[in-house]
Amino acid sequence: MRNRELAFLIVVGVLTAIGFASVYIARQDVVSTASLTYAGFFFALYIAAHLVTRYAVPFADPYLLPIAALLTAMGLTEIYRLRPGDAFRQAIWIVVAVALFAATLLLLRRDYRRLETYKYLFGFTAIGLLLLPILPVIGLTVNGARLWVHFGSLRFQPGELAKIMLIVFLAGYMREKREVLAQGRLKDWGPLLVIWLLAILVLLETRDLGGGLLYFGIFLAMLYVATARIAYVAVGLGLFLIGAVGVWKVTPHVQDRVTIWLHPWTVHKVYCPLSGGPALRQNCQSFQLVKSLYSIGNGQFGGTGLGKGTFATTSGAPIIPDLNTDFIYSALAQELGLIGVAALLLVYMIFVLRGMRIALLAQDGFSKLAAAGLTFGFALQTFIIVGGILRLIPLTGITLPFVSYGGSSVVANFLLLAGLLLISNRANREALR
Amino acid sequence: MNKQVTHIGIAALVLLAALIVGTTYWQTWANAGLANRQDNEIQLVAQFTIKRGKVYASDGRTLLATNVTKKVGGQTLYFRRYPTGPLFSDVVGYSTQSRNRTGLEQSYNDFLTGSNANLDTVFRSTLDKLKGTTVTGNDLVLTIRPEAQALALRLLRGKCGAVVALDPRTGRVLVMATSPTYNPNLVEKRFGLATRTNLPCGAPLLNRATAGKYPPGSTFKMVTAAAALDTGRFTPDSPFYDPGYCEEYGKRVRNAGNPEAPETFGNVNLSTGFEHSINSVFCNVGKTLGAGVVLDYAKRFGFYSLPPLETPEGERVASGLYDRGRLFDPKHPDTQVDPGRLAFGQERLAVTPLQMAMVAATIGNHGATMRPQLIERVISPSGKTITHLKPDQLGQPIKRQTAEELTRMMQLVVTGGTGTAAQIPGISVAGKTGTAEVGRGNIHTTWFAAFAPANAPRVAIAVVVENQLNGFGGTISAPIAKQVMEALLR
Repeated sequence: MRNRELAFLIVVGVLTAIGFASVYIARQDVVSTASLTYAGFFFALYIAAHLVTRYAVPFADPYLLPIAALLTAMGLTEIYRLRPGDAFRQAIWIVVAVALFAATLLLLRRDYRRLETYKYLFGFTAIGLLLLPILPVIGLTVNGARLWVHFGSLRFQPGELAKIMLIVFLAGYMREKREVLAQGRLKDWGPLLVIWLLAILVLLETRDLGGGLLYFGIFLAMLYVATARIAYVAVGLGLFLIGAVGVWKVTPHVQDRVTIWLHPWTVHKVYCPLSGGPALRQNCQSFQLVKSLYSIGNGQFGGTGLGKGTFATTSGAPIIPDLNTDFIYSALAQELGLIGVAALLLVYMIFVLRGMRIALLAQDGFSKLAAAGLTFGFALQTFIIVGGILRLIPLTGITLPFVSYGGSSVVANFLLLAGLLLISNRANREALR
Repeated sequence: MNKQVTHIGIAALVLLAALIVGTTYWQTWANAGLANRQDNEIQLVAQFTIKRGKVYASDGRTLLATNVTKKVGGQTLYFRRYPTGPLFSDVVGYSTQSRNRTGLEQSYNDFLTGSNANLDTVFRSTLDKLKGTTVTGNDLVLTIRPEAQALALRLLRGKCGAVVALDPRTGRVLVMATSPTYNPNLVEKRFGLATRTNLPCGAPLLNRATAGKYPPGSTFKMVTAAAALDTGRFTPDSPFYDPGYCEEYGKRVRNAGNPEAPETFGNVNLSTGFEHSINSVFCNVGKTLGAGVVLDYAKRFGFYSLPPLETPEGERVASGLYDRGRLFDPKHPDTQVDPGRLAFGQERLAVTPLQMAMVAATIGNHGATMRPQLIERVISPSGKTITHLKPDQLGQPIKRQTAEELTRMMQLVVTGGTGTAAQIPGISVAGKTGTAEVGRGNIHTTWFAAFAPANAPRVAIAVVVENQLNGFGGTISAPIAKQVMEALLR
């Protein structure tokens, strides 16, 4: 199994080298031959990660690590193409993330299930982390949402880590309470209502629509797996909708997002809150969404080619802000075209398929719930950001797993990967026995 | 539990599949709509990634428009530079980011960007795009002679007006100069400076040669005389008596010159009347023919339709009667138009220099009008000629004999009439002066239309100069026409 993983990692290594080489060829004047060392370094890093999995989780699924490598490679290549300086920082974060990934595997290789004992600790830490950005001094508001904490120049989005911890907590809690939850007595609805209220509160306080949707989506999916009661999902969705409408009514920021989503283009000038005067909406609030759609459209079927996309005006000003974090998908869509991003999305689908397979093979409830929750969260997060960019849902700033620039995101996703590999390792080992 | 895991697995996959569908929508169905959005900066930038074709003057060496490269965000962008500055700006126009395009840069954009439909170009551009190399446009070679163009612009310096010279046999535009003009290199960043002029007439961006509307004055007598001879109602020898004025609607319309002592010629014929530009003679011709016939001949020469040329439609205007700023084509010309004043070029006539050059060229070319053309050749980046100029006869407004009789009358104008200043040693010139009152004292718009050599012309010209105090067609415009023709015939 590990040999298969190694084979795929080598394939990914070759792909990475090709990616960096094509960026280098297209942008010789901006980037140097050092770009090729990125590919070499990247390959070495994943070989190291592979050696750790060989030792710690020999029976784990062999496809997940190469997929994560491929996704981070695509992200790093595109970040390198957009802003070479950011790529260096991202590479360091990937090293940190892989190190934490390795540490997690080594630490929990015997039995990760003892985490279940600490489920309440995880739960409260998650809530604490979520509320961290609201604190004065270290809290930071970016693009209208208060999601960041900063220590000096070091910025971190605690929500990313909270997501993993929340899933561990929910898996532990639901494994314990699934029978009573399924009976549907009113007093057992308590936790559901508490979580719902918390999600709405977090939404209100951080004004983070995407995060709220993500946490609540994960919660409902896991609740469904635990109780097999589709009615809970329906009621939960209904409550979420009521809550969302309520938030929409009282929060101008959320109203703005919805207006942008429904009517990004206007024919006549409307009031522009950014300048305080009249402007076409595509030149005002919705310009980021609209420019990103232009970027996607420009990719057409085959894309412009890596390094050949247009991301700056003739004077050199960036056309789309936050291109390498929230909007990296529209950069990829322009340069790789429909073929490229469809392939990218298929890779995400394979990751989800493997993740769900792990949940199916897992023997105990905690493992099943955790694997299903982690995998569903991964898929839902991808849907929320890309769906927002594609105008399927209102746009909210959230990272694209493994691909976006951002330290907290990369670290969190590697921990998610570590979790899936641990569960998979145990399930396969027991199946072989 | 496994059933539920399968369910949420399917739900997750459906969500991701929706993303593929969404992406497909924007990149295929909605793509064209997005590309056409005005605020789509990517498309704007994309235009500047194309290496536009160069523009040359007729010698194939004088570079009128070329590119300078600039690296922006890792992309090589091409911006226009016009080495001859203001010399060709009204014909070539400009291609910029902030002001879009004018002139041939606008109307020949497809050729210059390699997006024209010629099979050869389509093949090459597609290959360039697939290879990811820079798309290179086709080069243009104009018919304009750079040295004569420079001379014409120098002669117009400090004046407002235009010079248009054509090859009567083929319709090639040899000179198209307009004053004041502008420096196209300043349009992008210093538009205010580009459009500033010290001349009182202003409007340096206007191509006066094709869009300037001027009262034609006596140059219109070429059209009236053509109608008079071609209808067979008059011959060059038809007798007239000139009392110094002409009766119209019971009022006396005096000949040109000092109103207190009008020139009086007495017994003359049509030819003498043309030679000395006697208004009363043409007034009577007009009354005999009627305004309808004169306007009909004007239309045959191309009046009332946009003069055909490769520049954008918006940069050309039709000649004819104008009423309150709009082209006026009378339904009942014999009651709506004063035939006497029309015949000697007054009434509400407004003409372009290009139109008057076409009239002169038609007379010189034995009555056949050739389509005026600016583009000699379009050359692909590999040096292959994609299209080249094909002379095109637009029509035959007058009979060959009429043209020959008119030519003799126009020669008399230069040898002994109002246009003696246009004489060129060793070459017979045929011409017609024009001095149009603009309604303010002795300020005139002065004209000269001519062709040479008279029997086998190689050049036809129209020169107009605005707002000349005590200036006449024979004294202001004829000397300019002479020098430009000399340069072209050399």
